[in-house]
Amino acid sequence: MIVKIVSKNFDIENSHKLEVAVKNGRYSSLNKLFTMTPEEVTKEVIASGLRGKGGGGAATGNKWQLIPDEHEKPTYLVINADESEPGTFKDRQIMEYDPHLLIEGIINSSYAIGAHHAYIYIRGEYVFWAKRMQEAIDEAYEVGYLGEKIAGHDYALDLTLHRGAGAYICGEKSALLESLEGKRGHPRLKPQQKEPEWFFGGPTVVNNVETIASVPYIINEGFEAYRAHGTDCSPGTMLFGLSGHIKNPGVYELPFGVSMTEVIEKIGGGVKDGKKLKAVIPGGSSCAILRADEINDITLDYESLQEHGSSLGTGGMIFIDEDTSIPESMKNLFEFYHHESCGQCTPCREGCGWVDKILGKILKGKGSLKDYDTMLDACEMLNGKTICVFAPSVAYIADSYLAKFKNEFDVLCKE
Amino acid sequence: MSEFKFSEENEKKFQELLKRYPDRASLSLPSLWMIQYQEGWISEEAMVFLADKLGTSPMDIQGIASFYTMFNLEPIGKYHIQVCKTLSCKLCGSEKIKSHIENKLGVKFGETTKDMKFTLTEVECLGSCGTAPAMSFNDDYVENLTVEKIDELLDTLK
Ligand SMILES: Cc1cc2nc3c(=O)[nH]c(=O)nc-3n(C[C@H](O)[C@H](O)[C@H](O)COP(=O)(O)O)c2cc1C
Ligand code: SF4
Ligand code: FES
Repeated sequence: MIVKIVSKNFDIENSHKLEVAVKNGRYSSLNKLFTMTPEEVTKEVIASGLRGKGGGGAATGNKWQLIPDEHEKPTYLVINADESEPGTFKDRQIMEYDPHLLIEGIINSSYAIGAHHAYIYIRGEYVFWAKRMQEAIDEAYEVGYLGEKIAGHDYALDLTLHRGAGAYICGEKSALLESLEGKRGHPRLKPQQKEPEWFFGGPTVVNNVETIASVPYIINEGFEAYRAHGTDCSPGTMLFGLSGHIKNPGVYELPFGVSMTEVIEKIGGGVKDGKKLKAVIPGGSSCAILRADEINDITLDYESLQEHGSSLGTGGMIFIDEDTSIPESMKNLFEFYHHESCGQCTPCREGCGWVDKILGKILKGKGSLKDYDTMLDACEMLNGKTICVFAPSVAYIADSYLAKFKNEFDVLCKE
Repeated sequence: MSEFKFSEENEKKFQELLKRYPDRASLSLPSLWMIQYQEGWISEEAMVFLADKLGTSPMDIQGIASFYTMFNLEPIGKYHIQVCKTLSCKLCGSEKIKSHIENKLGVKFGETTKDMKFTLTEVECLGSCGTAPAMSFNDDYVENLTVEKIDELLDTLK
């Protein structure tokens, strides 16, 4: 089942060191890259069907095309290494085991969009991974894979690593850029029409670590090779994460379209301690929860999960066994959302707090029938006018817990 | 009153970083990190110093520093233990780990031991869900936590 495109070098000893990385194919895309025009690179990526791995699944090449042809300020590429979505722990594998793959992808992608400075915004807690990444960047500068003339070609690129300092919302792209500009990480109000992001007035692309790490393969092998894996709408592979009540937790690179139940059995080794599965949160905590009886036909791709009322998200699956209380799990996540709402919008700030409080009350045995409805009302409020999609996605997941496990809430919400 | 100053090394780093951003405003987070590594926390004097360096107001710096949970705005213990409280870790037994640490050190999460040696903090998902339960110990991660692992770590430090 496993297909190794991004994770190909992960098991090689010292794969993070430049010498080993180069021996194993890193930076080999550069020769081909510089025979192509930037437009050709973007076209290749569009043809590959590569979709963003940060949670949204946006078409990568099309996003690059949003950079306007003419503009005053420089263009930037910003790599989102904030990785804070509960259940998600994949980007750190790339930075730990193949940081040069990420740098190679950054060179490919910066060249395509015309950027001469790229930034990696890494979550503050990832101290080890920041050091790893910085060492790789230093190595790359030393031998000329970064700097004035990349590998002797007429193209200059600087790469700067920037550490966050603990704020989930900074993973949202506009909040990330606010933070990179030195401010608090408040998401920006986005105009309706399609346009790029902006960093100090320069048009900017924000992409996830894994997205960019997928680019060198596409440049090297061509779009067809990438499309040979996965499905029509979800081409290629993804680093899927398995955590919670599963025997073999970890990160595994799989082609899109594989069966979820097969992954649980063959890769995950089944539910931990021989218990029965109760539920799955399929792609990070911001995806609607699925009951065990709903997953039989699910394949791991954008289409299938959407059809089944959830989403693929970051590919980080959390498994929950039969002995676990869903209201308790929901409370755990609502403490998270309550804590992480940036507080700019009243519906978000109040709605998250409200649901958190009610869940606390009913778990203490003080629930009444009214509380269930009050939580549904809070969801409606969260679906109101807010600056970013944090609030509506919280509403959407809350609805899924309440609807699918009503029986468990009924027991707690007595007359 | 501004008695804080960057160490020579940090001043040099600051000057280097200035060249890597279109605007010096970007240096707020990197500078707050340098201050915290230098002093262990971020004092008002340090904020006044930084505001001056970045051409902004101390209030502005205060607003930024307080937004990010990793900046310590008051002194903390020598060893900062931050245990993940989010779902995958909870499913894998983080609660037992937390109460074991509390019992062992005689303080609750959110507190610091009297001798200023240990500070306990609960944090949200650390990105170690596949190796849960997880915590950070100063700059390092400790994963697949067990009661024995905690004992081993803390007994050498107590
Ligand atoms: C609340 C919130 C948190 C997010 N956190 C992350 C994150 O930690 N990492 C990430 O890559 N994308 C995150 N995203 C998605 C980013 O906004 C953005 O879409 C993504 O980085 C784009 O890259 P991609 O197209 O390559 O996936 C988050 C979005 C929201 C709304
Ligand atoms: S929806 Fe929530 S997280 Fe997003 S900007 Fe508004 S308050 Fe902040
Ligand atoms: S839930 Fe604890 S590290 Fe992710």
